[in-house]
Amino acid sequence: MASRNPARPLSPHLQVYKWGPHMLVSILHRATGSGMATVGSLLLVWWLAAIASGDQAYATFVDVFTTDAGGLNILGYVIGIGLTWSLLQHMMTGIRHLVMDTGAGFELKRNRMGARATILASTLLTVAFWLYMGMK
Amino acid sequence: MGSGTPVGRVRGLGSAKHGTQHWWQQRLTAGANIFLMAWLMVAVARMPAYDYASVHLWLQSSWAAIPMALLILSVFYHFRLGLQVVIEDYMHGESRVVTMILLNLFTFTLGGIALFAILKVAFSGAPA
Repeated sequence: MASRNPARPLSPHLQVYKWGPHMLVSILHRATGSGMATVGSLLLVWWLAAIASGDQAYATFVDVFTTDAGGLNILGYVIGIGLTWSLLQHMMTGIRHLVMDTGAGFELKRNRMGARATILASTLLTVAFWLYMGMK
Repeated sequence: MGSGTPVGRVRGLGSAKHGTQHWWQQRLTAGANIFLMAWLMVAVARMPAYDYASVHLWLQSSWAAIPMALLILSVFYHFRLGLQVVIEDYMHGESRVVTMILLNLFTFTLGGIALFAILKVAFSGAPA
């Protein structure tokens, strides 16, 4: 690999651009995807392995995220709501990407609207999901 | 793409001979994941209870075990492709190679455990 001279000038990077919703959902797509791929997949596999291992292993899993009374503890809520919102945000920006892959939605106004819509949709769906869970 | 045979250009094969494979498979699994993850959210929300017996009984059914196994395959392949892009963006030189190997280890180890767990529960003897 060619040797790098740290003193050489760099081209302007992200900091010169004014932040907009398209940049926010772009980095959110990557952040939520990376988070789910690591934390989310580990927890999903732990859950599945615990179901396969027996009721004691399952109790250990449940115990981490619940209080003695049976409800979710703080970690349970943070992880639960965090993963729900991450999944839905990644799903909404993913659908936006699929639409943009067809060449649609690149006009400034429509692009900005689409980016905002992903956040609105993921947040509303997360609230709906947890309201449903709370009303059970 | 200036080089290559006409048929090679039509097939979209670049110098690495993989063409648009990575990009396209990421989209295919994305489409599958929309349905599979929507199923998982609805299935989890509609479970009657979350104690061991209820959850075990749920996963024993073919109606849960099959989509769950398909979900593991599609989602894990999707995040394997996605994290590869993240690694390619931020890691360089030797550390990129090491991280990429770790990514494969992570994906296949977790995926193997998940599929085995699903099959173990699904084949554990109660009526389907």
